[in-house]
Amino acid sequence: MSFLEVRNLSARVKGGGPLLRDVSLTVEVGEVRGLVGESGAGKSMIGKAILGILPKAVEITGGQIVLDGSDLLTLPPAARRVKVGASCALIPQDPLTALNPSRRIGVQITDRLVDILGWTRQRAEERALALLGEVQITDPTRVLRQYPHELSGGMRQRILIASAFAAEPKLIVADEPTTALDVTVQKQILKLIAALQARHGTALLFVTHDLGVVSKVCQNLSVLYAGKVVEDSAVADFFRAPKHPYSAALLAATPKYTDPSAGLQPVPDAVIAAVRAEVEHG
Amino acid sequence: MADLYSVTDLHLSLADMTRKPLFGMAPRLDILKGLTFSIAKGTVLGIVGGSGSGKSTLGRALVRLLEPSGGRVVFGGTDITHLSDADLRPLRRRFQMIFQDPMSSLNPRHRVGTIIAEPLRLHGFDTIPARVGRALDHVGLPKDFAHRYPHELSGGQRQRVGIARAIALEPEFILADEIVSGLDVSSQAQVLNLLETLVAEVGMTLAFISHDLSVVRRLCQRVMVLQHGQIVENRETAALFADPQAQYTRDLLGAIPLPDPNQIWV
Repeated sequence: MSFLEVRNLSARVKGGGPLLRDVSLTVEVGEVRGLVGESGAGKSMIGKAILGILPKAVEITGGQIVLDGSDLLTLPPAARRVKVGASCALIPQDPLTALNPSRRIGVQITDRLVDILGWTRQRAEERALALLGEVQITDPTRVLRQYPHELSGGMRQRILIASAFAAEPKLIVADEPTTALDVTVQKQILKLIAALQARHGTALLFVTHDLGVVSKVCQNLSVLYAGKVVEDSAVADFFRAPKHPYSAALLAATPKYTDPSAGLQPVPDAVIAAVRAEVEHG
Repeated sequence: MADLYSVTDLHLSLADMTRKPLFGMAPRLDILKGLTFSIAKGTVLGIVGGSGSGKSTLGRALVRLLEPSGGRVVFGGTDITHLSDADLRPLRRRFQMIFQDPMSSLNPRHRVGTIIAEPLRLHGFDTIPARVGRALDHVGLPKDFAHRYPHELSGGQRQRVGIARAIALEPEFILADEIVSGLDVSSQAQVLNLLETLVAEVGMTLAFISHDLSVVRRLCQRVMVLQHGQIVENRETAALFADPQAQYTRDLLGAIPLPDPNQIWV
């Protein structure tokens, strides 16, 4: 039994077209699963559906999200919030908008622990201090008293990572956590996420459009096109021989600085037409 | 080959409003600290660096959206360092810019045709509809796209409209500031291939600002690496990638995640 099992999940915009089509995927304890696709493919929607933070205009039309043995979609909303709140966390994409600009870093990390998990303020603060150390922030005591605007993008993303790991969640959804950062900082942050994930044995669903990033942090990946999973592979197999023509085309379109002679190949129209037909008709 | 741009000891500082005292002047923050380089006609220069390295500020100084506080910027033989807005206006047609975010740089209330026609009208061009059609054709968009609104287009198509607007003026120089970083790999490949063709066919000069060295290697003849407002390396692309001299360049190269699980990434 996997820790997270999404079974045949379908969703659509209310009164509109489908967003997710029959999506199935699993994340085991200690596994990092990449979720890749082009923008609009529905990768973030899956993460939001799991955490129960879908936009109001989106409705789930079928399927199950089984977290640790219970189907989240059949739980009453309050019970679902407690379950998800206690065992899941999100590392968001944009580290500036995800932090409240008018509150100090410290309370933003500890609030959740105190209000939702019922920790004492002191215990929560000790935990926050220890975590900032774990995400390699020097002088954590001072940073806890600072405001988001006083920190760089990389520092803010470290804060959000610390915050995500604070309550020892069993599952973390990372939604493009490094797209807003430059490459050298991205590398530090990815290594940090990977190290913390390994140390805490967290199940991690890693949403990204960057196959380079996938090859560095994930063990398995699901490739999404127009809301449908077109390939589910182990990372090593995927990069050696992608199973689906669309995934192969996506891989060919990814630039590699080590191989400048290889022309950049946009995904061919024929491949797009074929995968669209496959997704829409069966 | 003649130089289109020649930049000497370029300094640029801005008022640091976060440290401004209640009364009195805000302290100056040095963004560019003495850059000297040139851009040869018909070549593509890649400008790379981490966030805050000054690469966008440099771009904006080249097309004089910002006024340098020291040094000289010479474009096609004219010193444009401190030219007034009025004196710059006739020159502006000759250097154009493509922006990072195609959604916010295209007016959502105008159709694509109007968006491309606007600068042509401002610069007093004739046969505007024909020029709009040619520009769309150049970037590989069907002519009837002129009647669409930006929100009806995909990210890659929007970015091509941005390119069409720039090339319609037949400029000698285009500044492309992170124009593919918001696009999917497939649209990214299309836009890069398009730029490559334009440079080859029209003989345009291009400065390509990016943090993605894989993309830069594909497109640029020379690469200039910036760190903290200074040039740490400025060499031919092949030489730079084969044997990076500066430690910072090596760090940048080593940080790129290649789509290859066997890459050693320490």
